[in-house]
This record gives sequence, structure tokens and C-alpha cells, in this order.
Amino acid sequence: MKITLFAPCFMDAMFPDVAMNAVKIFESLGHQVDAPEELACCGQPAFNTGYWDEARNVASKVVERLCDVEALVLPSGSCTAMIHKFYPELFKGTSLEEKANRLAAHTWEFSDFLVTRLGVTDLGASFPAKVTFHDGCHGLRELGIHDQPRALLSKVRGLTLIEMERVQCCGFGGTFSAKFPSISSSMGESKVAMVMKTGADYVVSNDSSCLMHFQGVADKQRKLIKSIHLIDLLVRHE
Amino acid sequence: MNNNAQKFQEDAARICADSTHRQIIGTALDKYAQGRDKKIAEFQNWEQARESAAQIKQEGLDDMEALLRTLTKKLTKRGTHVYRAPTGADACRIVLNILKQNGAKTMVKSKSMTSEEIHLNEALEKEGYRPIESDLGEFIVQLRQEPPYHIVFPAMHLTRYQISDLFRDKLGCEPTENPEELTMIARKNLRREYVQADVGFTGANFAVAETGMISVTENEGNSRLSASLPKIMITLIGIEKVVPRMQDLSLLLPMLATVGAAQSISCYNTLYSGPRQPDECDGPEEYHVILLDNGRSRLAKDSTFREILRCIRCGSCINVCPIYRNVGGHAYNATYPGPIGSVLMPQLFDMQTYKHLSFACSLCGACRDMCPVKINLPHLLLKNREAASTTQPKFFEKLAFKAMSLLFNKPLFWKWGKRMGWIGQKFHPLIEGSVIDPAQCWTATRKAPKLKWKSFKDLWKKHSK
Ligand code: SF4
Repeated sequence: MKITLFAPCFMDAMFPDVAMNAVKIFESLGHQVDAPEELACCGQPAFNTGYWDEARNVASKVVERLCDVEALVLPSGSCTAMIHKFYPELFKGTSLEEKANRLAAHTWEFSDFLVTRLGVTDLGASFPAKVTFHDGCHGLRELGIHDQPRALLSKVRGLTLIEMERVQCCGFGGTFSAKFPSISSSMGESKVAMVMKTGADYVVSNDSSCLMHFQGVADKQRKLIKSIHLIDLLVRHE
Repeated sequence: MNNNAQKFQEDAARICADSTHRQIIGTALDKYAQGRDKKIAEFQNWEQARESAAQIKQEGLDDMEALLRTLTKKLTKRGTHVYRAPTGADACRIVLNILKQNGAKTMVKSKSMTSEEIHLNEALEKEGYRPIESDLGEFIVQLRQEPPYHIVFPAMHLTRYQISDLFRDKLGCEPTENPEELTMIARKNLRREYVQADVGFTGANFAVAETGMISVTENEGNSRLSASLPKIMITLIGIEKVVPRMQDLSLLLPMLATVGAAQSISCYNTLYSGPRQPDECDGPEEYHVILLDNGRSRLAKDSTFREILRCIRCGSCINVCPIYRNVGGHAYNATYPGPIGSVLMPQLFDMQTYKHLSFACSLCGACRDMCPVKINLPHLLLKNREAASTTQPKFFEKLAFKAMSLLFNKPLFWKWGKRMGWIGQKFHPLIEGSVIDPAQCWTATRKAPKLKWKSFKDLWKKHSK
């Protein structure tokens, strides 16, 4: 299968290894990977802040370029939700409506794609550690992704999953984190406390933006938590 | 930033930093959540129940005007005076007129968020009348001269020690930390008021068109007393609360109790249809029902936002909101706090005054999952944001997003943007987190993530060669 991987803007610039590891995983499963070089962002920051014209400006390029690919995969629940759930809304009544709907239909979040579409759960990884899993909100509630990453984790050798006491947002929320820093950080703090309470060695997520947020809060307060993206964990052989 | 938005930022920051306050709210909400989940489990199929409840309420909205006509006809037939108040000020005037015509002075009130919405107490006090809140939580916050903290639990932010101090100061009674004794103190004070009050006032949860009845749910019995002891009874109800059939309540009442207060059913559920009838031995001599519009019929015609009128004011979305959990109820400075308020306040009142609330959300969606009538709150917040940014864009914000589209759409700009950022970040530690840091809104409380010299695009290019 030909898989198109779209590494969203912040991942491209700050967490390139995560996307590279996704490429490796797909290639090791015998798939052909393509990554569009001319696309940088899905347009979510502008969309979430209410600037839909500016969002369409960025998103229309994504729609045009990707509407006909076989399968589009994003290593981020949030950006997947943008394309899968919000593009149809964003382009409703425009000339790109039909293409946006078509694109939405074959857009997948990484763990969902592996488990649901490819039927793969065991990637042969081993990671002898106690981990807890943070569900990125968009992945969880816009896309209904909950069991898929856990199915992948359950096959990692040596790994023990300890769930947190509550499923709760980490407080990132895109531009929300910059517009309302006190609320956002306070939510991040609660998340860090919840992670630490589990006693896990690592906190895993399928969204880099969440990890970046609460790792940033923890680092600032010199609290020791170690975060790792699900994809990075799945290529470990320890 | 307007004054309201500024105040919200300041109040939110203050409460977020107050760990004791957060602890009180967190503990209360956790306890509630446990109870709620147990009650939800008692439903054979909770998701199906939500679906049906949403449908019932939607049906009520789709047919609202006709249902209101039936309701009015039936209520009037039993001697009830029914009024339609286009605005909050109109509703206040109607209440004032009833008081004036009857030479009334005091009015004992049971819980009504709709009366908070129209600032009825202030309007009455200004004219020299005395409204007395009889719901325990409302009684407490009225003594403290503050608005309710939560639409269902008005005094959830207070500990029993604070309540004891309050009663000692305001009612001159002996301090006690026993919740039951505290309740008895309130009760003793209130009983006197019921007997003396000229008018009783209630809010309402639903109106049943089919039978012409007003449904009131409560746990303390104070609403029944407000309705039965004084000679005159007034009910204020939003027009969106009308449902078609009596049988609809068999689903809506348990659902309201479940997510509203973690109960199978509330202690008292009463239906009012009119004043005392000739063959009845009790009940008020006059019954007045005020149907409040206050922007609702306008919203009902808005194809995007009309679903917000399905709301049954259960408070469930507030209870799961991580923002509310951190900033508490008063920071919103709005009649309806939390997710429902952040959607409703800008829509019902003024977009520019309340738009900041629509932005004060991480869009986590927990509220939508817990809403018994399936209102898509996060999506409506996004629509509010769009409306706000389209009608009155912030100059620099719009400019920034325009610049960003350029950056994202031109591969060369993106490539060199990243490179320059990488060079810039070498000097960042010198100012990181300080007031001259351009990224201070992030770095004051969080370490900044680092840009990599080789981006994914660079790595990919090498890999695919
Ligand atoms: S929006 Fe839904 S959850 Fe929130 S108060 Fe209304 S009915 Fe309850």
C-alpha cells in the first residue's frame, strides 16, 4: 500500500524523529511511504482561533495535494481531527467541498491506521518499563481513539501500562495555551501530578503537542517526568 | 482586550494559583463524578437515553411556538395568568407589577438561574422589595452577597467552617461545624420567611404542553413551600423549556437527576398547573407564569446555534470541564459558567462582551460526552470563535495568521523560517521566561521545546534519495 505521511508543522520542526520512525515502521511492514514536501501545516491554529479564511488559505493546499492519495496518515490525533472532522465543515459550500470530503474519508491517525486499517498490533518492540498513557483529547473525543494505542502497547515486551486516575486534558489546546497561560499551565500542572501519581517511568502519548506541553510544565518546575511519543516507543528494542 | 476579558484573565490567574480553592472544587467534583457514574450505570442504555432526550428537546424546539400556545391555553383555562416577556427587563417589570398590585413586600424564592439571568433580585431590591432565597446554597450566597458559584451547587466553593462563620456573623447564631446543624439554622430562619412572605417565586425545569403544567425539580422541599404558603405564586421559565408530552418527563427527570446531582431521581418533583381550584383546599390564590424569551426565539431560528436551546441546565458539562475545575465559577463573571455559559453568554447576550469565554477553552470535548442532550459544545465554541474573529478581528492576530499562511504555503519560507528560528533559539536562554521574551506567554510557566537543525523534511529528503 502507498501511505502518505504528513508530519504536521511543529513535528516537522521540533520532533522530526517521531515522523521518521513512523516512516521506518511502515517501510518495515512492506509499505511504500511518501511525504509531501510542499505541505507544512493543516491550518488548525488559524481555524481554532476563528480565522477560517486564513485557515482555508493553508488547508486548501493540503486538500488539493492529498485528496487523491490512497491513505493519508498523521502521527498526531489533533491534526488528524482537523482534516478528518473539520475540513468538511471548513470547506462546506466552497468549490473544494467534495475534495475535502474525499480527503477526510481516507485520513487516519497513526495508531488507528495500524490497528484498524492494517490490523497490526505487534511490531516486535520491547521496552521494559512502567508507562502511563495520555489520551490527546482530539484523538480521543473527535476520533474515538482509545483502544488502538493500548492494543499496540499491550504487545510491547516488558512494558507495563498503568492508567491514570482520570482521563483529563493536559491544558495545551493550541493557541489557548498562549492566550490563557495561567489556566493552561495550571491544567498542565494537574496532569503532571496525575502522571507522577502513577509511579510510571514514562508517560506515552500519540500526540506530541500534549507531551510538549506537560513536559514543558514539568521541566520548568523541575519535576521529573519522562515523556515519549508512542511511535518512538514502538521502534525500541531494549 | 475589553474590561471583561481582562478581569477574567486576572481572576482566573488568581484562582489557578490558589491551591486550597482548587482542592475544594476538585474534591467536590470527584465525589460527584463517582456518584454520577454509578447512577449512569443504572440506565439500561445511557447512550440511547441521551439520544432520546436530545430528540425530545429538539422536538420541543422545532415546534416551540405551537407548544407554547397549547401550554398557555391550558394554563389559562385553570386560571393562571400567563405572560410572555421578550426581554429580562420586561420579565422584571411583570414581577414588580404583580408585587405592586398586591401590596406585597417580601418574596420568597426557590432556585432559579433564569432569575439570575435577568438580575431579578437587583431589580426588586432597587424598588424596595425583599427577595429571599430559600434554596440552602442560594441562601448562603445571598447572605454573602455574591452570585451562585455553580448553576446547580451555588455554594460548592465554601467549606462548612466558612458557612458557620457566615451564619455567626449574619444571623448571630452559635458557630457549629456540623452540616446538619447548619442546615437547621437556615431552615429555622427560612420557615419564618415562608409564613410571612406575600409572594412565592419558583424557577422551572420543564413545561409540559400536552397537560399545561410546569415541572419543578428540587431536593429540599423549599420550592413546594414557596409555592404553597404565600397567597401568590410566580414562576419564571425560559421558553425553550417546553416539551411536548407528559411522558417525556419520565426520561428527562431521571436524566436530570443523574447528571445534575448524582441521584436516581430528585427528592421532590412537582407539577403546577394553576392556582387553587374551587374544590381544592390549598395552593396559592393566584398563579402567574412568565415565559421568558430574552434572545431565545432568535437563537431558535439560527440553524447552527439552536441546539444550545436543548440545554436542561443540569450542570454536567461544568462538572467535567477542566477549565472550570481550575478557575472556578466566579471567574467567569457570567450567569452561566463553564462550557454551557461559554457558548450561551456570547450568543444570548453580547458577543464582544463575552467572546473571551469562547476562547478560554482547550476544546477537549469532555463536556460534549457528558451532556445528556448531546449538545456539541466544543464545535459551537469554534463557531463562536469564528463569529467573533469575523465580526471584529484582532488586527495583530489576523496579521499573524496571514503571515503564517505565507510561511506554511511557501516551502522556501518555511525552510528558512525554521533555520532562523534555530539560530534565534541559541540566544533564547538569555531571556527565556522574562518579560522581554517574545514567547513569554509560553515560557513564563513552561520550558520551550527546541527546534531541530534538521527538520523532518530534511531527514525525509535524505532518506528518500
Ligand atoms: S449544555 Fe448539556 S451538560 Fe451543559 S448544562 Fe446544558 S444540558 Fe447540561
